[in-house]
Amino acid sequence: MTRDSTTPAVQAQTRAPRTQEMLLMVATRKGAWLFHGDAARESWRVDGPHFLGHIISHLVLDPRDGRTLLAAAKTGHLGPTVFRSTDLGRTWKEAAKPPAFAKAPAGSPARAVDHTFWLTPGHAAEQDVWYAGTSPQGLFRSEDGGITWNPFSSINDDPQYRKWMGTVQDGTPDGPKLHSIIVDPRDSAHLYFAMSGGGVHESVDGGRNWLPLLKGLDVVEGFDRADATFHDPHCIRMCPSNPDRLYQQNHCGIYRLDRPSNEWVRIGKSMPKQVGDIGFPLVVHPRNADTAWVFPMDGTTVWPRTSPDGKPAVYATRDGGATWQRLDTGLPEQAWWTVKRQAMTADAFDPVGLYFGTTSGELWMSRDEGSRWTCIARHLPEIYAVEAARRP
Amino acid sequence: MKVLIPSALRSYTEHSEAEASGATLAAVLADLDRRYAGIRFRMIDEQDRIRRHIRIFVNGKQVRELSQPLDAADEIVIVQALSGG
Repeated sequence: MTRDSTTPAVQAQTRAPRTQEMLLMVATRKGAWLFHGDAARESWRVDGPHFLGHIISHLVLDPRDGRTLLAAAKTGHLGPTVFRSTDLGRTWKEAAKPPAFAKAPAGSPARAVDHTFWLTPGHAAEQDVWYAGTSPQGLFRSEDGGITWNPFSSINDDPQYRKWMGTVQDGTPDGPKLHSIIVDPRDSAHLYFAMSGGGVHESVDGGRNWLPLLKGLDVVEGFDRADATFHDPHCIRMCPSNPDRLYQQNHCGIYRLDRPSNEWVRIGKSMPKQVGDIGFPLVVHPRNADTAWVFPMDGTTVWPRTSPDGKPAVYATRDGGATWQRLDTGLPEQAWWTVKRQAMTADAFDPVGLYFGTTSGELWMSRDEGSRWTCIARHLPEIYAVEAARRP
Repeated sequence: MKVLIPSALRSYTEHSEAEASGATLAAVLADLDRRYAGIRFRMIDEQDRIRRHIRIFVNGKQVRELSQPLDAADEIVIVQALSGG
């Protein structure tokens, strides 16, 4: 049953639309799918599965050329790799040197990348630069479009950062993850990243040096908020219309940071008390830095990670977090799926289109900034990531 | 020597059998990677450890060390555990 559902959900179609101006990249536990949409975002041509049986953590289009795709892949039994396509997924080639930690000196704890979790294209002026975040937590960079990858020793081998990262036992059930790698569009040397266990960090010199950015963030009661180890950011987004503004969905609330301040403000306190401000994904408006969307989850007791009371809803703020509005028209009244941290995104149309994928393999969209929701695909595998791009 | 390839890695070799040479398991796997770029890293991690769900047998006996000496007449079987959902 859906709430106020008007027309039947626009189901995935195999008919090619007249024009293809939208690309949705859907990464799942069993492969990847590309959804090519028309300019109205009403008709979708489905291309997939790619890499059937592979766990695809992230699938990202290079905005600098509009045709290069990178996919972070592994299977349940084989080691991790990165696949690259320069023709929008018609053909793929494996990275010659996927992200891998440096060989550990004798007697030192040796780490191996279990999977690449996050991919971020580099600055517009740095063609072919990409960044990758892995599990266990590591930061990597490619300067040749994702063919070869090198570790950031300033993070991966730094004793302080290794201490903050902890071990696999300190991480989330499927491994601690380095995520939310952000490149300042005004300055290629200004970088941010977050660790699912280890806090938020910033570099202003291209990654040679890093500093934690933790002030104002809460931690689980009883732990030291000055210690990065105890900070669990879930998703950080920089506002394209104002790169001095960051939003963060954290294990302990929703936050906003306006640089040059170093102090996060917990804007989630204005969420309804019965819903709370726990969740994983967060999406920002492409043109309005006061607007952001979250997908709240039940973070009580054993952390069910479902919507509170099993009633899925997106919440939007249009005033920088002072107030929030519930957006659930068209969504099921009762459902027990979850939306993962990379599985919610926005396009750049006006009005903005929002998209999210669920752990039950449903792909939902809104053409009007969250006012009404329709399901555009069902019965996919568990969705790990959704990215949207407007193609030239 | 003959190397039997599990189904999950045949996207590299296109066949269930491959030929590779070397005096140790490490050398054979390096040769295999020269012929089929990328295949080694799917089996062996960056610390030169055999990955958790990969098993390698030489003449029917499991081998755990990459330094294992090999003879040109040996037969290598690479097995990938099939489990999970």
